[in-house]
Amino acid sequence: MRSVPEYRGRFRREQAERLLWRAGFGPRPGQAKDLARKGLDGAVRSLTHPASRSLRGRPAQVGGRPLAPRDVWGHDSLWWLDRMVRTRAPLVERMTLVWHDWFATSKAAVDTRWMLHQNALFRRHALGNFRGLLRAVTRDPAMLVWLNGVESTRELPNENYARELQELFTLGAGRGYTERDVRELARALTGWRADWQEGAGMVGFRYDKTWHDPGVKRVFGKRGRFDWRDAADLALEHEQHPGFFVAKLWGYFIPEPPSRRTRAALERLYVRERHDIRPVVAAILRHPALYTGPRMVKPPAVYVAGLLRAAGRGVDSDAWAWMLPMAGQALFEPPNVAGWNDERWVDTGTWRGRWMAANHVLEGRSLNPDPAVTKYPSTRKERPAEAVARAHRFWGKPTLSTATRRELIGFAQRAGAAATEEWQQEGYAILRQNALRMLIATSPDLHTS
Amino acid sequence: MAHHCRDFAHAARARAGQGLPAIEPGMPAPAGSGLSRRGFLLRSAGLALAVYGGGRLAPLQAEAALAQAPLAGGRVLVQVFLAGGLDSVSFLAPTEDATYRRLRPRLALPPGTGTPFREDGRLRWHPSAAALAGLHAEGKVSVLPAVGYEHPDQSHFVSRHFHEVGALDPRLATGWMGRYLDRVGTMDNPLQGLALDGTLAPALAAGRVPVAAVAEPGNYDFWARDVWGDVEALMLDATARIGAAHAGGGPATAQVARAAMHTAGLRTRLAPLRERDGVPAFTSPVAYPADPDSDFPQRLAALAAMLGSGLPLHCVAITAPGDYDTHANQTAVLNGPLKLTCDALAAFQRDLEVRGLADRVLVHVWSEFGRRAAENAEGTDHGAAGLGLVIGSRAAGRMVGEFPGLDVLDQDGNLRATSDFRGVYAALLEQWLGTDANGLIPDAAAVARPQLVR
Repeated sequence: MRSVPEYRGRFRREQAERLLWRAGFGPRPGQAKDLARKGLDGAVRSLTHPASRSLRGRPAQVGGRPLAPRDVWGHDSLWWLDRMVRTRAPLVERMTLVWHDWFATSKAAVDTRWMLHQNALFRRHALGNFRGLLRAVTRDPAMLVWLNGVESTRELPNENYARELQELFTLGAGRGYTERDVRELARALTGWRADWQEGAGMVGFRYDKTWHDPGVKRVFGKRGRFDWRDAADLALEHEQHPGFFVAKLWGYFIPEPPSRRTRAALERLYVRERHDIRPVVAAILRHPALYTGPRMVKPPAVYVAGLLRAAGRGVDSDAWAWMLPMAGQALFEPPNVAGWNDERWVDTGTWRGRWMAANHVLEGRSLNPDPAVTKYPSTRKERPAEAVARAHRFWGKPTLSTATRRELIGFAQRAGAAATEEWQQEGYAILRQNALRMLIATSPDLHTS
Repeated sequence: MAHHCRDFAHAARARAGQGLPAIEPGMPAPAGSGLSRRGFLLRSAGLALAVYGGGRLAPLQAEAALAQAPLAGGRVLVQVFLAGGLDSVSFLAPTEDATYRRLRPRLALPPGTGTPFREDGRLRWHPSAAALAGLHAEGKVSVLPAVGYEHPDQSHFVSRHFHEVGALDPRLATGWMGRYLDRVGTMDNPLQGLALDGTLAPALAAGRVPVAAVAEPGNYDFWARDVWGDVEALMLDATARIGAAHAGGGPATAQVARAAMHTAGLRTRLAPLRERDGVPAFTSPVAYPADPDSDFPQRLAALAAMLGSGLPLHCVAITAPGDYDTHANQTAVLNGPLKLTCDALAAFQRDLEVRGLADRVLVHVWSEFGRRAAENAEGTDHGAAGLGLVIGSRAAGRMVGEFPGLDVLDQDGNLRATSDFRGVYAALLEQWLGTDANGLIPDAAAVARPQLVR
């Protein structure tokens, strides 16, 4: 029985930077260097056992007013983005996003009030126990509305949650269950109800025995008078579950699937730890594939929160509420119950959304191109490499590839050469600096980690 | 299986919403909001275009100037997706059938509802589909009342994936239209495969050639704060250069790099469509339905305008409004978004007719499956065979496969398929796009082709 492989290579700023992106929302200025000093074990431990879950700094304000996530359109996503930017426990916040994708529920059909309630649930269980999480989700008001639990009765069971419980949440499509299991689990899950109240939406979520089908069900070859708790436990204890769980969890941190050996070792760890999430995440974060494997596209919310962190800016604009959707990730509104497709984050449409987001991060940070306002060396004085270095410092010196550096310098040269008239040379240098910041933020290096 | 489920997760529905926050000056407009940004933007866009037009920037010059040879004689295929699994039994309802009334005590349409379906006296068009019933009477709609495949999978994501890749293969990563474009497309025309949605349609995912996602063709522009003139043009050029420098990188890097590479060219090509101060750059010759919650009609109007302006579009994918996964609330979905979808599709057909383009465009409407024959209270659970439509002046206008009836269902209580979606794709490829389906649809040799094109 071999344990999960661990990364033994050097752990410096570059590795710490990748870890902070994969397990959080990227480094604040200087944070990668600080984390590298802790070494791999210390760094991972600081993420899995954060000293504080409180948020840094002051709560976000838009237009001089505090956010109203329950009441104002879009403020729910601003409220969460603000947490991502200010968190002292980035892995907890990142896992909250993972569970939002895993148990993807959408405000397209659920009141914001219950979406926020579910969000707190995900955060509470972020690194907890999957059995506890699964049971909590099974009776969660948002989920009961989203997958029609409250419309499922003993007379007319609704299959929606029963199917996704197996297909998306615990086992995987076509892995160890039949259409009959879907129907029988639907019967077991009956009993939840709620009331519709004008002005308040769905309220009064409760378990009502008279709505539950008390009969014998046959699920995965077992017979019993199963109820909702049993339904969650049966799926969790299915022999196909550990393999599904560790591989799906792995996919949020590392783009290539685990080797058979690693997967088996992770499964053993998960079962031995009685479905605790934290040790499995810790093992994935220490795995060599995270540091030596291929790059991964950052989810749009992670990209945006990370740019804000790097630029030292908070959430102070409500534009994020529509920019995140354009970048391909409307928080609280995943495309469907399977969550976002993180293998296809970027196309010509979402790339434009990400461009606009980077541009918006620079709001109030760009240099005024009027040389009378901004003191800045002219294109004759500032060499292209200096201009690039200055823009690089603005973003806290993220790791850049040679190819990107070469193109940035090429651009800086051309922009400098375009200032053919003397009156242009001061203004163009400033325009060039603003452009370089955008080019760095939107380079493939920054869109991936 | 690691990424199995999430492989099948899909394009976000761009939801341009109620109560959007105010747009500050110089800020781009949110998708579909109808709001506009002004001033600064126009200035910078105009300057950049002038530079591109002058051909000063080497990598983009060729793309901007390129005259595209039309593919397949300029024919265009538009796939319209009804997400969630449309209830085909409501779309064409056996309203007088006793079994229907027994299986659907709450949801059955009352006897006599809707226009009779000429090709099968048992069926009537849902009132929401009245506009398509009208086109059907003109011979411009082929109905597939029960399209599916053997051993139907009742997972949204598996069944949808099968339809997107054109095969019963959970691991195939390229879309069926994407593979077609890989065969006939070019390396410099992302518009050849265009998703008119917020994200790329998986059916268009190509292995070799570029394809595009553009949610709002009238608003595909880029700007950067306090950057303009020559420097802005050079910056946009540099985004493409940085992309090109990384196009051969690993999968994640290459995905970003390729998008970056093609944005500048797309922006140039779409410039003639760019709205000015919120006013579209084109006018539609017909009226499209208006709906505050969906810009689907406007996207179709823009599509007709793009085709009218000669842009080199070839395969197009667009998601219809509505969530057809009607486990509950079915009546409202079929009365609302379905009607908007059908009305908009009919308007699009009329638009093409007025523009003289109707002989060049064929529309294929699909959903990942139909729904259970029996209702569950206010909705229906996942089913098997579902609805397909082929719409256009060149559509054969004849039903493909019969309505299988509700008296003999499959073992799960679902409708049995009387046509196969892979046969539909093979027929569209061969009869409409003029290419051999073998090598594009893995099971092409095993499936029969219905006559879909006249």
